[in-house]
Amino acid sequence: MRFWQELTRSVKQSGVLLWGAPLALLAVFFFIPMAAILNVMFAQSGDIVFSDSLRPLGFTVFQALLSTLLTLLLGLPAAYVFARFDFTGKRGLRMLTMLPFVLPTVVTAVAFNALLGPRGWVNLLMMKLTGAQAPPINFLNTFTAILVAHVFYNIAIIIRVVGNAWSQLDPRLENSARVLGASPWRAFIEVVYPLLRRPILSAALLVFLFDFTSFGVILMLGGAGFSTLEVAIYTQALHNLNLPMAGLLSLIQLACTVIILLLYGWSSQGNDVPLFPRLSGEGTRKPRSAVEKGTVALMVIILFTLQVLPLFALVSRSLVRLEGERGQRGKVQSGLTMDYYRELFVNRQQSVFYVPPSRAVINSMSYAGITMLLSVGAGTLLAYAMVKRPATRRWLDPLVMLPFGASSVTLGLGLLIAFSGSMLSRASFPWLVPLAHSLIAIPFVLRTVQPALSAMPKSLCQSAAVLGASPARAWWEVEMRLLSRPLLVGGLFAFTISIGEFGATTFIARPDNPTVPVAIFRYLAQPGGLNYGQAMAMATILIVICAVSIGLLESLSRAINGSE
Amino acid sequence: MKRRLRVCALLSALLLTAGCTRAAATETATPVLTVMTHDSFSVSETVVKTFEEEYGAKLVFLKSGDTGAALNRAILTRSHPEADVFYGIDNTYLSRALQEQIFVPYTPTALAQLPGEFKSGLSGMVTPIDFGDVCINYDKAWFIERGLALPATLADLAKPAYKGEAGNGLLVVENPATSSPGLAFLLVTIAEYGETGYLDYWRSLKQNGVVVVNDWETAYYTNFSASSGRGLQPMVVSYATSPAAEVIYASEPLNEAPTASITTANTCFRQIEYAGILKGTSQLELAQRFIDFMLSPVFQEDLPLQMFVFPVNPAATLPDDFLQYAAFAQEPARIDPVLISKNRDKWVTEWTRVMLP
Repeated sequence: MRFWQELTRSVKQSGVLLWGAPLALLAVFFFIPMAAILNVMFAQSGDIVFSDSLRPLGFTVFQALLSTLLTLLLGLPAAYVFARFDFTGKRGLRMLTMLPFVLPTVVTAVAFNALLGPRGWVNLLMMKLTGAQAPPINFLNTFTAILVAHVFYNIAIIIRVVGNAWSQLDPRLENSARVLGASPWRAFIEVVYPLLRRPILSAALLVFLFDFTSFGVILMLGGAGFSTLEVAIYTQALHNLNLPMAGLLSLIQLACTVIILLLYGWSSQGNDVPLFPRLSGEGTRKPRSAVEKGTVALMVIILFTLQVLPLFALVSRSLVRLEGERGQRGKVQSGLTMDYYRELFVNRQQSVFYVPPSRAVINSMSYAGITMLLSVGAGTLLAYAMVKRPATRRWLDPLVMLPFGASSVTLGLGLLIAFSGSMLSRASFPWLVPLAHSLIAIPFVLRTVQPALSAMPKSLCQSAAVLGASPARAWWEVEMRLLSRPLLVGGLFAFTISIGEFGATTFIARPDNPTVPVAIFRYLAQPGGLNYGQAMAMATILIVICAVSIGLLESLSRAINGSE
Repeated sequence: MKRRLRVCALLSALLLTAGCTRAAATETATPVLTVMTHDSFSVSETVVKTFEEEYGAKLVFLKSGDTGAALNRAILTRSHPEADVFYGIDNTYLSRALQEQIFVPYTPTALAQLPGEFKSGLSGMVTPIDFGDVCINYDKAWFIERGLALPATLADLAKPAYKGEAGNGLLVVENPATSSPGLAFLLVTIAEYGETGYLDYWRSLKQNGVVVVNDWETAYYTNFSASSGRGLQPMVVSYATSPAAEVIYASEPLNEAPTASITTANTCFRQIEYAGILKGTSQLELAQRFIDFMLSPVFQEDLPLQMFVFPVNPAATLPDDFLQYAAFAQEPARIDPVLISKNRDKWVTEWTRVMLP
């Protein structure tokens, strides 16, 4: 009896009920497969040349640091504008900045080509204006393209994670500082920044790890001259079939991730200051002075150019034919067409692999929906564990973040071999794909929910209890209400990550459940104007469906939360 | 509040059922034959049905990335094979696959009818199914407009006439480290100039402004001037059948291909694709019948328009569109597959040092 009491007490104290299930998920779908594949890799034949790993390592760190800095440089002012100002088209613009997340890299490459390529709209326009024979802008296959694409993909993380925390900040704190004579800059450095330091670090960590493990962007936009660790792993594992070398590179990448996570843990030490949450929209107002108006306008123009124009260029290529005058390097004729969309519904060669667009959309959406539910659930549990038992945070946080920095090629192969022949194999276990997606999505949910939860004053729930609410009711009506915004942001990322992820899942995707990216790839794998147009049309459908879903989720959250 | 709860519950239920309906797989007694293959694989519904009805079986195709990725999976999962048949291994990977011993021997009787060039190096393990030549494709109108003669040999490509503007040469090639047509073209240059001379040849191509990209999709759709991406290079390393795809999948009906391939002697690499039965299969008998079926005219005649490759069986008739626009080389470059498997890493590494320092 005594023993049982002791046991239940220690179980309760460790918080295992909260983190147990998510951690089990992580163990089964990350640690076991990783261990299995590394074990197998080193048992295969192949030469290990340690020195060959140094150059990719150096370049990986360099480009990730630079990309993260650039993303912060543009993302922080954008987060500020979204958190503090009301302007026309704000919701729409914020939604559009999220869309790059769902695009497979091959589609992003095509979008940038349609905008900035030698025959992209910008070059066509400039050639027409200046009468030049050669395209003036050379963007593709450059280091600049890598940086721009990384900002294009990741700026939404800064805008959402930092912007969300910023909008929750009591504007009176800043105002008091100003009344007491502080300059706006000093008020920011001494009042706002200390309160935003944790979310900024958090968002920067996510961005850095995304850039650190970047793969498709490097391959397709950077071109053949650049190689990151992840690209080297891909080449060694899947082209040279040199598995021991791929294993070594994976270990190096994993070790770097651990170092980064420890550095992050060390730099983000300290306790969150409990802050009374503000009414949504309380801190926002219309820009007043010329400087404010100018700032908002500039940010809107930058975001529009960076995030929205490539999407427009992509959509335009699904509707516009570039025909005639082939062979002339300058002139191109164009014409509007709906043929590409019409053709999507035709299985012209009667192929068994033809995917009706509706089926691809349903498959993508159900994977994304399940990923969202799984990661919101697991992420929230973990956030509670870390807030209720702060001691767990030190080891739990890096553990949960680890899949983020692991090689997706290696993890994909690991998932493949760890469960082959068992009931968890991809043939018999349809949840394998959303589970793999959740591994990457959970850190996002955790990063948005945990700060909000730890900054929530205890007195709120206590007041509710004093007023007679049951614990469940207090939790639902107080905590969940206050968490609905961070939960939404985390959920949105989970949703979009699942739709766009094309790394680990290619190894475990089920042939009978083709998703939209799979359908896009099928078209782009063969020559022909119709194939190209259909790929663009399918990508446009993906963008539109995601825009609608994001819009719906946002209004759902607004409905729960009361107002904006 | 209650209503909101209900909305949430409904939403989650919907999403869950969407995931679960597919979980309840139909269990039947029909034997299932699983074929592991690469992402470019395609076949007609009717052809699949023909086999399924004849043998009362179900065919499942497991697409597993490109050729290298698919082979890697077959090797990694050999203790619990995911499939019964592997289709799509090419002659650049063949010796590696044989060395890993992932196949069980099988020689179909129809093999005897095939031309001799397809029958070397099989070791009784694999069966050739199709072939296609990796050749340089060019933008026809561009060359006509410039009045420039087509290069006829590899040496021509290094001549000043094909130099192009600064940083924008006339030819785009794929990186042999990440792309199989890229590797094929590297092998062509090694066949022509030998192990001692190929790097010097590539240096001269580099001086002529050759553009290197990582994958076929980028090379064709972003850089090649005659594709829908409308890039800057009028020549691309692609397949000799690509012009046929340009006609068949044109945005508007064309009666002439906008592109063509250069198929002169020793400028193309012939990729032959093989199928083999994976060790550990529980459907040996059915797998053998499927290999037989793949050599039969029904399957062979379906290949051209599905995958833009040529059937190996000379008895198969080709579709008109394909016959008219697709090409193959009379004298493709020759290079020993054993040598390829032994040296590919070395060659690719040396090439990378020269071309992408």
